[in-house]
Amino acid sequence: MKVGIIVFPGSNCDHDAWYAINRNLHGKAEFIWHDSTDLSQVDAVVLPGGFAYGDYLRCGAIARFSPVMSAVKKFAAEGGVVLGVCNGFQILVEAGLLPGALLRNRNLKFICHDVRLRTETTDSPFTARLHKNQILRLPIAHGEGRYFADERTLDELEAEDRIAFRYVENPNGSMRDIAGVLNRERNVLGMMPHPERACDPLMGSTEGLGIFESMLSAASTFAPALTR
Amino acid sequence: MTITPELVEQHQLTPAEYEKIVSLLGRIPTYTELGVFSVMWSEHCSYKSSRIHLKKLPTQGKYVVQGPGENAGIIGIGGGWVVAFKIESHNHPSYIEPFQGAATGVGGILRDIFTMGARPIAVMDSLRFGPPADSPNAARNVRILSGVVGGIAHYGNCFGVPTVGGECVFEECYSANPLVNVFALGVCKEDEIFYAKASGIGNPVIYVGAKTGRDGIHGASMASAEFTEESKQKRPNVQVGDPFLEKLLLEACIEAMKTGAIVAIQDMGAAGLTSSSCEMGSRGAVGIEIDLDLVPQREPGMTAYEMLLSESQERMLIVAEKGREEEVFQVFRKWGLDAVTIGVVTPDGNLRVRHHGAVVAEIPNPALADEAPRYDRPHNVTPYRKAPVEPPAHIPASRDLNADLLHLVASPDLCSKRWIWEQYDYTVRTNTIVGPGSDAAVVRVKETDTSIAMSLDGNGRYCYLDPREGAKLAVAECCRNLATTGAVPVAATNNLNFGNPERPEIMAQLVEAIEGIAEACAFFEAPITGGNVSLYNETLGEGIYPTPVLGVIGLMKTAVPSPVRFRSEGAQVLLLGGPGRNHALRFGSSEYAKVILKRLWGLPPQLDMHYEKRVHDCMREILAAGLAESAHDLSDGGLAVALSECCTNQIGARVSMIPAERIEFALFGEAPSRILLSTREPGRIHEIALRYDVECPAIGATMKGRLQIGDETRMWIDVATADLTQSFENGLPVILHSSNAD
Repeated sequence: MKVGIIVFPGSNCDHDAWYAINRNLHGKAEFIWHDSTDLSQVDAVVLPGGFAYGDYLRCGAIARFSPVMSAVKKFAAEGGVVLGVCNGFQILVEAGLLPGALLRNRNLKFICHDVRLRTETTDSPFTARLHKNQILRLPIAHGEGRYFADERTLDELEAEDRIAFRYVENPNGSMRDIAGVLNRERNVLGMMPHPERACDPLMGSTEGLGIFESMLSAASTFAPALTR
Repeated sequence: MTITPELVEQHQLTPAEYEKIVSLLGRIPTYTELGVFSVMWSEHCSYKSSRIHLKKLPTQGKYVVQGPGENAGIIGIGGGWVVAFKIESHNHPSYIEPFQGAATGVGGILRDIFTMGARPIAVMDSLRFGPPADSPNAARNVRILSGVVGGIAHYGNCFGVPTVGGECVFEECYSANPLVNVFALGVCKEDEIFYAKASGIGNPVIYVGAKTGRDGIHGASMASAEFTEESKQKRPNVQVGDPFLEKLLLEACIEAMKTGAIVAIQDMGAAGLTSSSCEMGSRGAVGIEIDLDLVPQREPGMTAYEMLLSESQERMLIVAEKGREEEVFQVFRKWGLDAVTIGVVTPDGNLRVRHHGAVVAEIPNPALADEAPRYDRPHNVTPYRKAPVEPPAHIPASRDLNADLLHLVASPDLCSKRWIWEQYDYTVRTNTIVGPGSDAAVVRVKETDTSIAMSLDGNGRYCYLDPREGAKLAVAECCRNLATTGAVPVAATNNLNFGNPERPEIMAQLVEAIEGIAEACAFFEAPITGGNVSLYNETLGEGIYPTPVLGVIGLMKTAVPSPVRFRSEGAQVLLLGGPGRNHALRFGSSEYAKVILKRLWGLPPQLDMHYEKRVHDCMREILAAGLAESAHDLSDGGLAVALSECCTNQIGARVSMIPAERIEFALFGEAPSRILLSTREPGRIHEIALRYDVECPAIGATMKGRLQIGDETRMWIDVATADLTQSFENGLPVILHSSNAD
């Protein structure tokens, strides 16, 4: 079971995800450079936080055109588990793998602090080991994290149980308090809070572990790398 | 172009300095050479007014791997690992263009760290602005504050380094002269340190990173002059930062260093191409020849003068091993960056610059780097101060101590700076054990079981009243902050922000402060391994308070330290160090005098360094024994404010005291060497304190919901903790909102 962490030139949470998976969870993760198009050796993909190509345009707007993203799309289409955190979420949205958009925070400022999240569904490879309504305390650190989608899409997300997490106290003006959403097939999750920063007691919270544990165990049973 | 006296003056060179240039060269300089000398001999680059005094600072210690003189100081932390760290100012640019000025300040200090091979893992910033309210300049001050904070956030967040702490203070004297001092710290293996010392005749000189443009020309000279009305015209002298490019440069440099093909490397900071070439040459006692036609350029038609003096950001100069250039190029290509051989190391010790086939500058490297003028400027006068020493005949009694306390904790200096630090990513890289809002920040080094504690502190008001004692107090406060986390100080960096050194009473402030720092850093065994001097912080003849800012780092075993805030009800509250002495003469420097009385007089608090150090050692032993539930040092605002900061929304304390002095002095006096503890084991703590010969009175106990301070007969302070935390947290947002600039 191996996790591929996609590294764009401006990724800056890549090492954090690596450390969480390899050291805190004793799993196996390796880096995949953004011009690679080969994901055949991995069973799950993490798109980490950062500023992929500087994000001077819209966050993730350039990253969606990178070579690795066509591979990620294919990987997801084949049922592979894909987790996008923060900038990773923004990229997944820009790439059309998830609906909606991430706009500038309501206060127009970067926000870094811990938030409480409510687990809205356990029916996903990322939340299977959590309880419904379980509260997780995780850090956020973003300038553009306000989730936006039209009413029909939001209704659809709710009807299809695709909202993975909601903020207990909405920090950024996200519509319907949405912090993380799933694709229709439920194998792609994008979320603004950083579970990889909450996997070590020294960091003050280990409440991000459950998300990775769910993902690692789902990916090992699914193992697309083996089936391909 | 003919060199006229007017042209010399425009370059901020004195006639005597010009004569020295002529004699060093043995001829009249070219226009380009004049420009090169003007930046290299500017105060900013040459430290010409401060250098002879900086020699008084202690620079040696058992942890020091690299002292001053390189891009950053280096300290061994054990296990084959080292940390590189330094502080640097970007005051002048931040006034002219707050956002970019502050952003490029962060960029500059980060390059200083990674040019040594160390990956930056923490940034802190020390900020000073004019008051955000109750000032004719409030609106502008808030604009500068917002811009500076936004710029730091923009650069640090994108680069991916956590901003883990700092300080922010407001005084009228910083209205037209804000201070933006940025500290950065990075980590690397001891055998993978890189130095900026060129060597190997015939080795190629490689330019990497951003293209050279016309931005920032003469930035260093600008930073070495007082501000006038014309300064606002100098906006083009401010550089524009690109944190994404810096991130690429970081990764590419670290990767290129691993090839083994790099001999020396230096970032292009102030005076860009010029300073990096001549300093690398000078350190290695070799010459460097560069051809400007080969330099990647952002626009056509730049002159040699412009290219040599450009301060375009995110550029580095590398000396590589001859024949291994391709290994370096390959790495930079991977990261999409320019990397071009623009010159060669020569045996003659000269900086030789070619442009369009002709030599446009040829200067012996030592002339630029080492022969810069050094001045022993007159300073044997009383340091400048206008405030009276004698306390006012009548210090009005407080009408409502509760209201005073709530007012103080909501005041700009003392209130929570959450509005600032929540704009910074302080948890990226997952090393931040203690982030902003505590006494000291603590960052782990993942590869070891050691963590680095770090604190920034300065107090302009103290230093204005007594520069020597004020500087010592800043060192003591930093070390006390480290002690509350259990860390042992090992090294320090300083940023000396002062006015015009050509005025003897300002120069006297600088000399006194340096000597104070020297004494305290030697005493606390925190040698200075590098730093920065920023002079001419004056606008229209009005100087800032003398403001030395200290950054002290300490080492500790990786663990979560005791928090600042109380953790449970019913714990004993102890005042390690005792009540201290707070009397009228020393009260005029307090926050109470500033905020409530709106006066300034007297002297800063009195420091007994021997006692202070015993308090620190005692504190560390208490923490090592696991006896403290919480620990927080007393500083600005004194005992009552420190107690307020220990309160949570739910948990307060009942404190009894019998003041030996006026109650305002006892509550709000700022005597040093004091730390508040809460504990379940007061007896064991008393035993330890006795051994260190340190006072440690039990002053009360934690309790639910209120902070009460009184004696048997009356209560001076009795407030709900919810009101305290609300005042503390809302202080800055309320002020900024009412200034309509949020």
